[in-house]
Amino acid sequence: MATTTLPMYTKKDFQTDQEVRWCPGCGDYAILNAVQSVFPELGIPREKFVVVSGIGCSSRFPYYMNTYGFHSIHGRAPAVATGIKIARPDLEVWVATGDGDSLAIGGNHTIHMLRRNVGIKVLMFNNRIYGLTKGQYSPTSEFGKKTKSTPYGSADQPFNPLALAIGAGTTFIARSVDVFQPHLKETLKKAAAHKGAAYIEILQNCNIFNDGAWADVTEKETRSEHVVALEHGKPLIFGKNRDKGIRMNGINLEVVALGNGTSEADLLIHDERNPNPVYAFLLAQMHETPGFPTPIGTLRAWETSRYEDIVAAQVRDVIAKRGPGDISKLLHSGDTWEVR
Amino acid sequence: MGTLTESPVHGHKRETIEQAVIRFAGDSGDGMQITGNQFTNTVALYGNDLATFPDYPAEIRAPAGTIPGVSGFQIHFASGQVYTPGDAVDALIVMNPAAMIVNLPDLKRNGILILNADSFTENDLRKAHLKSNPLEDHSLDGYRVFPVGLERLTRAALTELGLDAKSTDRCKNFFALGMCCWLYNRPMESTFRWLDQKFKNKPLLAEANKLALRAGYSYCEATEAFQVSYEIPPAKLAPGKYRNLSGNQALAMGFVMASQKSGLTLFLGSYPITPASDVLHELSMYKDFGVLTFQAEDEIAAVTSALGASFAGALAVTTTSGPGMSLKSEAMGLAVAVELPIVICDIQRGGPSTGLPTKTEQADLLQALFGRSSEAPIPVLAAATPGDCFWTAFEASRIALKYMTPVILLSDGFLANGAEPWHIPELRDIAEIPIHFATNPETFKPYARDPQTLARPWAIPGTPDLEHRIGGIEKEDVTGNVSYEPLNHEHMVRLRAAKVEAVAQEIPDLVPAGDPDGDLLIVSWGSTYGAITAALGTAREKGARSGHVHLRYLNPLARNLGEILRRYRKVLVPEMNLGQLALILRAKYLVDVQSYSKVQGRPFKQAEIEAKIEEVLAER
Repeated sequence: MATTTLPMYTKKDFQTDQEVRWCPGCGDYAILNAVQSVFPELGIPREKFVVVSGIGCSSRFPYYMNTYGFHSIHGRAPAVATGIKIARPDLEVWVATGDGDSLAIGGNHTIHMLRRNVGIKVLMFNNRIYGLTKGQYSPTSEFGKKTKSTPYGSADQPFNPLALAIGAGTTFIARSVDVFQPHLKETLKKAAAHKGAAYIEILQNCNIFNDGAWADVTEKETRSEHVVALEHGKPLIFGKNRDKGIRMNGINLEVVALGNGTSEADLLIHDERNPNPVYAFLLAQMHETPGFPTPIGTLRAWETSRYEDIVAAQVRDVIAKRGPGDISKLLHSGDTWEVR
Repeated sequence: MGTLTESPVHGHKRETIEQAVIRFAGDSGDGMQITGNQFTNTVALYGNDLATFPDYPAEIRAPAGTIPGVSGFQIHFASGQVYTPGDAVDALIVMNPAAMIVNLPDLKRNGILILNADSFTENDLRKAHLKSNPLEDHSLDGYRVFPVGLERLTRAALTELGLDAKSTDRCKNFFALGMCCWLYNRPMESTFRWLDQKFKNKPLLAEANKLALRAGYSYCEATEAFQVSYEIPPAKLAPGKYRNLSGNQALAMGFVMASQKSGLTLFLGSYPITPASDVLHELSMYKDFGVLTFQAEDEIAAVTSALGASFAGALAVTTTSGPGMSLKSEAMGLAVAVELPIVICDIQRGGPSTGLPTKTEQADLLQALFGRSSEAPIPVLAAATPGDCFWTAFEASRIALKYMTPVILLSDGFLANGAEPWHIPELRDIAEIPIHFATNPETFKPYARDPQTLARPWAIPGTPDLEHRIGGIEKEDVTGNVSYEPLNHEHMVRLRAAKVEAVAQEIPDLVPAGDPDGDLLIVSWGSTYGAITAALGTAREKGARSGHVHLRYLNPLARNLGEILRRYRKVLVPEMNLGQLALILRAKYLVDVQSYSKVQGRPFKQAEIEAKIEEVLAER
């Protein structure tokens, strides 16, 4: 078997000559940095990458990635990406999207791409605000949020993006944070290794229209009390002194203090490969439950058949059974007659 | 008048005639479409020219025996050329009173009316809103009426089989088909073959339907019901191999042919919608040709997935009908901006909105030409006949690939479901579609131009060192970088328009059918081709100096159209809309064209066009 040697890529190989035009201080820079750092390490030829996006600040992403890129229209990136992946399962297709693009105008495409388990990696930049249109509330904005379009507070209940993804049957679900660079990079690598659809919520700050969107998660002083990092096969422990944990109580999760008879052995051991999505769903609810830390890391990583592989297999099977199509035979199919 | 000959049996007379129009009508559950299609097959195999017109309700199964549930299938077949499914019906076969009431107005005076006598009960008459029984009240006196107990006779014929009552009764359409085979002297072998295939795993049902078919034939043979049977000799079509083909089948095969001739994988993104769904059904069967079909979550995903596939190097197609077309508008604008090949098929139906899903119309022309934000020119082609859908699909693909542009293909419900004998082409007569993917990093610029076509290069993912970005934001000429420069924008707007206009360089000059100049020119497009061609023939026989040009290319238009328009004293544009092409011709050529509109969900009749021609010519 012939082996081809991959070029030794560096971050620079994935940077374009285009001036990056996000606001200074935007969380998107950190995400771009993480992706440009991770792609060279994946062992994949650069020309195999396709980055697809919709509309929004995050959707400018492809212009800054020196890969094949398609900046499409609002909300439609998952559908464009699905077409690419069906036509060319050999390609590595990544989608850059935001909370508005993915969950409002593109909600339909998002859930259908996820339920089909198309092998696409979705980076959902969640800043809980509409940035490009200058500050309206988004489907992930908190209830009651005052924005330009909701001067008296939003009446909308927000989506829980990860719970939605679980409901759609997503096989890889993770959360990371723009400023947690090592964690974000690790998460991206894990997503890249996953064969099926991956949905990664990246908590991202919009310092112009929604500054401090995730302050409780990102503030250095409080971070360790408010975040629990999920690691497969390890107990759910958090707190500055690693003195708190999560355990099951009936069908619910509860926060417990370690010590006084409660030990690590009582805690929930994280199992990202649990085929039952209910477990991941419980984790996804934590962020919205008072007193619970926000889980980051991989909530679910469970492999099953990919859509594009099934489609390709059908074509292969039919050709194996009937032989490659003969266009002349097709034209003459059914009853024919000859006029002399 | 035809010639009468003595039939060898029973002293029936056989009359040779030139053409006939027959219509089957019944409940949408009565199998009228199947009956019509089977009769069409026997007629086609016999060598007649033909055209069909399936006409069915949008409701899948309206209450049995009611007027909204009536489904019909009309076929016109002849020993000469056939251009339309026929204006008026020579023989009408109805399964119940509702079907009779709906269809009787189209039956010629003294025409044949075969009706299912078992369905003229009080209950059935009430469902058809009939106060008295037409079999008794002399309202059918002007027709040759043949009441036949289809259910009773079918049951009698099938009694040995031990089939349940419901399945037995469902064979009555084949009894009626058997009668028609006798009446028009048609062999039944092709239907036997079809039944064996269809009921491969239910031989009892195949046997039952065959028995019913034979019984219908024998019934006519044995009884004195019909004095005369008819013979319509084969038509003198151009030599070659033929098959029967519907517009949607033809469309699907045209795309497979384009895929074969370009060497590209065919990708169809589609969302089910009447009357376009059959193209998806057809193409989903062609996996042996490597065809990829994707039933998307909605119309928008259907077109955007196709655009993704196009970016990845496939021959991309999406199919829809009017309302779905509206949903695709934004993505079509994107396709214009990113300059990727894709064919968007609109199988038009009555509108606006849900409108008349199963009925035909050609009122999406302006939507196709202009229905996008900003300046977003797209070549538009329209098919003229069911068989022409094959060639139009192929040509639309060729233009899309050569010019790197979206192309809109217009068909309609009438073409989609109608069928005609199709002269099967020789493979060697169909030109290859050359594809040149960009591969050279030294020279590659995403928005450089081919000087002749103005097409940009197609560099597909997987090609080393041609990584580039495309998108909906305005592109800088040549580099394809994002650009908000005012002059660049104007340049790009004009460039995109010039590229589409460049397609005109290979549109063949129009040659009017009929007289090259004179009193009247008819200009048309789409499915009106047949009715107008037939009507023009009649008008010219009567001495009118008139011509006809039928447009396949609606954007850009043929270069010599303006000149042709001025060769005639009057120009008439019949359309199944309120004058959309007429508007374009007036605006573009400043010619006082007259619009002739029909928007009834039904195609023009030949007689309607003939009458209009006379009216226009009579005007001073």
